[in-house]
Amino acid sequence: MQWNSLNDFLHMGGYALYVWGSFGACALAMAVEPWLLGRRKQAVKERLSDKETD
Amino acid sequence: MSVSLINWFKFSSPASFYPLAGRLVPWFATIFFLLLCVGLWIALMMAPTDAQQGEGYRIIFVHVPASWMSMFIYCVMAFWSAIGLAFNTRLSGMMTSALAPTGALFAFLSLWTGSLWGKPMWGAWWVWDARLTSQLILFFLYLGFIALQAAIDDPRRADKAGAILALVGVINVPIIYFSVQWWNTLHQGASVSMTKAPSMAHIMLAGMLIMALAFWAYAITMALMRVRCIILERELASEWVKRNAME
Repeated sequence: MQWNSLNDFLHMGGYALYVWGSFGACALAMAVEPWLLGRRKQAVKERLSDKETD
Repeated sequence: MSVSLINWFKFSSPASFYPLAGRLVPWFATIFFLLLCVGLWIALMMAPTDAQQGEGYRIIFVHVPASWMSMFIYCVMAFWSAIGLAFNTRLSGMMTSALAPTGALFAFLSLWTGSLWGKPMWGAWWVWDARLTSQLILFFLYLGFIALQAAIDDPRRADKAGAILALVGVINVPIIYFSVQWWNTLHQGASVSMTKAPSMAHIMLAGMLIMALAFWAYAITMALMRVRCIILERELASEWVKRNAME
């Protein structure tokens, strides 16, 4: 373990903005993409069930 | 079973690939999650502080995997495009389309994290360096591919046009890769190569490779999820979709 405290970890030796900005952007992207795909799938399934009831 | 006994063309039919992709998604999602946990633990907890760059170097653990994946996905798109043009298989075009948004995302993340790394180390968010510029072109190629496909109504024609763009654009990938050797760039050379020992501590290298594998599993998961949507959207009127896809 490289850190003495949580603050130390969050501070990232003064590079907090850059390191967390990078990891955060990746985390956000990897959360939003599956969510959008889930919505897209839901939309197709709805179209499909609309068709069936027609 | 020998390779020749498997009927490879069976899975080139969207109707038989759809359930296969559905079965593969949870596996790759699990692999992604496990590798991500290990990779992040090494990247943020175990890897030592860099002698020159302090803690700022930790961006490497997302920057390099995102950059590798952005180049690799484009190559896979070019591969499927070539298969699609050669054999006229419908699934190839669907796979190419399914990969593009994830590739674009990785190209963007590569530029974004690179920018956040460049600012503290070089003093600039952006420079018109060969590596950065060719990577920006890759990002635009992805966007161009997506826009081109969106602009053509007939999906089969959109696939053909996209395939040609993907095949022409793939020339940019070796240009990105070798840009740090061919031109005098501000961007550092490769930290990892096939021919020489890596220029970094083993634990850092391990963290980077595990993160790269995690991103790879993520890309496969997303591509399979997206290709399933594309298959349903395109085959909405067909009998098998009505019968099987409602589960």
